[in-house]
Amino acid sequence: MAQFRKTGGSWGIVISMIVGLLIFSFVTSNNPGTFGITVLSGLFQGMLLFLVASGLSIVFGLMDVLNFAQGGFFMIGAYVAFDVHHPGGLIDLTNTIPNTDIRFIVAVIAAVIVGGLIGAALERGLLRPLYARPIFQLVLTFGVSLVMIEAVRFIWNTTPYSWTVLFGVREGYFTLLGQQFSTYRLFVIAIGIVLIVSIALLLQRTRIGIIIRAGVEDSAMVEALGINVRAVFTLVFTFGCAIAAFGGAIAAPFLGASIGMGSNFLLAAIAVVVLGGMGSYVGTAAGSVLVGLAIAVVATFSSEYLNQPVWSSMTPMLLLILVLLLRPSGLFGERR
Amino acid sequence: MAEPILIVRDITTFIGQFHILEGVSVSVPRGSISVLLGRNGAGKTTTLKSIMGMTPPREGTIQFEGASLVGKRPYTIAQMGIGYVPEHRAIFKELSVRENLEIAERKSGDLRKRGDLIFDLFPDLKRLITLSGGNLSGGQQQMLAIARALVPDNRLLLIDEPSEGLAPVIIEQLMRAIETLSAQTTILLVEQNFRMASKLAHLYTIIDDGRSVLSGAMPDLVRDSALIQRYLGVA
Repeated sequence: MAQFRKTGGSWGIVISMIVGLLIFSFVTSNNPGTFGITVLSGLFQGMLLFLVASGLSIVFGLMDVLNFAQGGFFMIGAYVAFDVHHPGGLIDLTNTIPNTDIRFIVAVIAAVIVGGLIGAALERGLLRPLYARPIFQLVLTFGVSLVMIEAVRFIWNTTPYSWTVLFGVREGYFTLLGQQFSTYRLFVIAIGIVLIVSIALLLQRTRIGIIIRAGVEDSAMVEALGINVRAVFTLVFTFGCAIAAFGGAIAAPFLGASIGMGSNFLLAAIAVVVLGGMGSYVGTAAGSVLVGLAIAVVATFSSEYLNQPVWSSMTPMLLLILVLLLRPSGLFGERR
Repeated sequence: MAEPILIVRDITTFIGQFHILEGVSVSVPRGSISVLLGRNGAGKTTTLKSIMGMTPPREGTIQFEGASLVGKRPYTIAQMGIGYVPEHRAIFKELSVRENLEIAERKSGDLRKRGDLIFDLFPDLKRLITLSGGNLSGGQQQMLAIARALVPDNRLLLIDEPSEGLAPVIIEQLMRAIETLSAQTTILLVEQNFRMASKLAHLYTIIDDGRSVLSGAMPDLVRDSALIQRYLGVA
């Protein structure tokens, strides 16, 4: 009962903040169309944030590793998907797979595989010797994120790419509140929701999920029960990196591919993980939606009234400060 | 006495730079209840953790059913047939009672096979099966911690301070359960509560300042109040 009341209060804060943002946005919008765009773009960003933050959060909860390279995986996912989908580049499939829809699916799968492989190599080769030294891990993952940027710069050079070869859902539009919206935003939002639910089910219903949840509490005890915790670490870390790369791949048709995209998302994702409560999956999911919406609402408002778009990139941190003042251990976090 | 299932010989263990064990030897005969006695900080818990490989010993040998445990990872040691019930129980608070038991399965179906034994021993757990571990009382958590070690077919149980912080009636209940269990498995206990230890255990080893100083049959120790006073500080 006490537990319910505690999370009940957390949901109260999340919902009232979301409702507050929506009302604020509705009142300050010039027309309903702007409001619609703001909400849709907020959810869109929220889902992409979730794809970066979920890996960050589960890895941190289980392994006590804050993976600063998580943003790098997002960026690499975007570049790989872009490269595979477009003519030229490292891999040119335009003749092999002329159908743009299928080619996009292949591009996303390639991004996930590349992200997963790099993630597995990073965990096995570099992180594993450092589990006893948390500060070293921070420096290591930060260093790896810089190496990833340089590697991308070397392979694809510094010019940002914007997605030019369109496909099914990226071409479509629909009209709502007298305003045209790209169906691609809806597509990403739907995928995000599906992933949020599937990962939740995986954590709640499967044996590996039980092991992960138990490992977040006490990984030494899990190992003493006869479970190879290091193998679980590798699996979870790989999954976290792969899902960030997936996020980059599905973001690329809208946001393109650029060197800076990883660190932008990483900062907001760290804010999401901390304000959601370190290691809490529910907190990460709710925090992603909240931060995504807040960024969009502030972006619309500040470009409309303040002519200062910089406010929107500060939003995650401002929101983080606000939440930590209300709840020092994050929305759904345990006191440690 | 039966042949030993576990032989710990002269182990030395460091935690960080602290020299915790400086020569501990314990021999546990199959089918017995043995107890490690000694003051707080003597090294009893570290001895159990060294056996489990959680604080691996630097020197000395540990043999379980003839196979060496030194240098093996804790999960391998557990899979060889050793169940560990740590002090403060280490129940997974966010997991339900059922999940706390399920996670200990080494083959799927372990829990179904051992369910009767577990719920005969601790009928309360059956009633609490859907509650989360964090909502259990201390005694219920202790029962769950022991039950968790019973899910796979372990031939040796290491139980650390089962009576700690529990009410006398609960301690009685636990003692009965541990006694019943000893018919099927060997038990190595760490216990501060000398009354409980002396009633349960057949054999004792006293650890003092990181060294095993004395071991023998429990009845002999019970008669020797000078010895008890000297090493355990209880009359």
